[in-house]
Amino acid sequence: MFDGEDIRRWIMARAGSWRASVNNLAALRSQRQATVDEALNAVEAYRGLARDLATARRVVPNSRTTAGLESLYRQIHTLISRRPRGGLETIQSALRLDIPKVTRELRVPILSMALLMGVSALAGWWLITTFPTLIGMFASEDMIDHVEQGHLWTEGLINVVPSSMLSIGILANNITVSVLAFCAGIFLGLGTLYLIAMNGLMLGAAFAFVHQHGLARALFEFIIAHGPVELSVICIAGASGVALGESIIRPTGSSRRDSFQACSHRIGPLLLLCAALLIGCGLIEGFISPDPRFPMASRITIGACYWLIMWSLLTGRLFAKRIVD
Amino acid sequence: MSSADDRVTVQSVTGVDLTLAIAGPGTRSYAFVIDWHIRLLLACAWLLAAAAAQVKITWRTHDGLISLLPAAVIYFLYHPVIEVMTRGHTPGKRMAGVRILGRDGSQPSITALLLRNVFRLIDSLPATYLVGLTTCFLTRQRVRLGDMAAGTLLVLDDAAAEASLLRIERLATNSKLSLDALELIDQVLERWESLESANRAQVARSLLSRLDPKEDAANLAQLSDATLRDMLRAHLGSDAAPNHV
Repeated sequence: MFDGEDIRRWIMARAGSWRASVNNLAALRSQRQATVDEALNAVEAYRGLARDLATARRVVPNSRTTAGLESLYRQIHTLISRRPRGGLETIQSALRLDIPKVTRELRVPILSMALLMGVSALAGWWLITTFPTLIGMFASEDMIDHVEQGHLWTEGLINVVPSSMLSIGILANNITVSVLAFCAGIFLGLGTLYLIAMNGLMLGAAFAFVHQHGLARALFEFIIAHGPVELSVICIAGASGVALGESIIRPTGSSRRDSFQACSHRIGPLLLLCAALLIGCGLIEGFISPDPRFPMASRITIGACYWLIMWSLLTGRLFAKRIVD
Repeated sequence: MSSADDRVTVQSVTGVDLTLAIAGPGTRSYAFVIDWHIRLLLACAWLLAAAAAQVKITWRTHDGLISLLPAAVIYFLYHPVIEVMTRGHTPGKRMAGVRILGRDGSQPSITALLLRNVFRLIDSLPATYLVGLTTCFLTRQRVRLGDMAAGTLLVLDDAAAEASLLRIERLATNSKLSLDALELIDQVLERWESLESANRAQVARSLLSRLDPKEDAANLAQLSDATLRDMLRAHLGSDAAPNHV
């Protein structure tokens, strides 16, 4: 048994080590990288603190000494388990391995989302063709007035708002929609399905409405440069949301929470790539799509090239390492 | 990993478990409110500076790139950017004494921190973080949906504990009192200014009479507040005074 004097002697004997640990911790936290010696010293201090904490918990529980050791032990644990800063290598690894792998895994959900969007668009087209008055459910008064006067709402947009500001507004909105499509997957995937179906419905309804007023070609011309990637990314985000929902309904980990967490982490890099692609879409939609100086052929070329870049990124072909025999 | 009474125990490689004190919805909200004020003030300060520099505050001209865009970036990207830069230790969290850690007590990765922020879109629904707060109340580890997705916890960061540990060690070297008595006196002196005068004098007299049974109770009752504090300090040894103002 420890008596008061033993405890005092123990504290005095170990105090130097604790003080050194506090100082080393402060130094290591402030630097980005540690040398091998510094890392080994930290591990040694971690072991020593573990022994001291076990002793303190036994002989002086609920004391300030134990609380202090708990705090120090936790901080060294956090420091030691710090992940290395990957920087460019992490991004390369994500583009070469992680993102193509997730895309392959999500191939079926992506195609399903594309199908859902297509069917919803057809439903929207049929709805407005059959009941033209329902367009008020999908478009604002301003948009309807423009189209009824024979102009697209996007005409002259570039004269009202500068392209830069337009791009920022559009890309912020697109990123929010895609992120929401992913996050809404938490409602067992139903939220995502609703969002994708609504997007398709609105797209089909808008096309049907402008077609009735002879403006379908103008709308196609407006969206062809940015639309293919934008719609594909929304489908990918939707597929990610569905996968998130599935991870909760049919957990693959030890619990639903673990499965949900693992799924989020697996999809995280893909979502970041989607956000980056949407920035490109926003720039195209702000600078190229509303500009009448760009002919149809150049718009189709831009749209096709950007979609191919997206496809190369998703499949990992753009950054694939060459295998040398 | 197990959790009980707002504490999470994590197994470590040393065999000695790690104990993490979970921050409750109150502390979490407190940290958020501080951060919210900081980002709002920064965004407003930027707008005021732009207005002072005669830059138009509108989306309809290029001036918006200098006036509105940075303010919007500050306001909307404050959490993800600062959390990634500080690895989960925003100014608000620092002031509230909390920090973000992984469920295994490790530092959260950038992906985890970004995921945590992405889910703010759902946690903030329908308004004032109702979904997030409800989840905090319902989960054992007091986490919102973003934390579940990212695999993070908001834990209490007891920064004062290390300083306290080193002070106790120094006091143990300089004083002959038992560790219990040392810690008790140290706590009383630390809280001296925040205690009411009558209460702290009563606590000090009680402590002094136990430490030295020969001390006359009537004599102690005559002593002033400052003298009682000096007597407590004397029990801690010569090193005590500088730490307690």
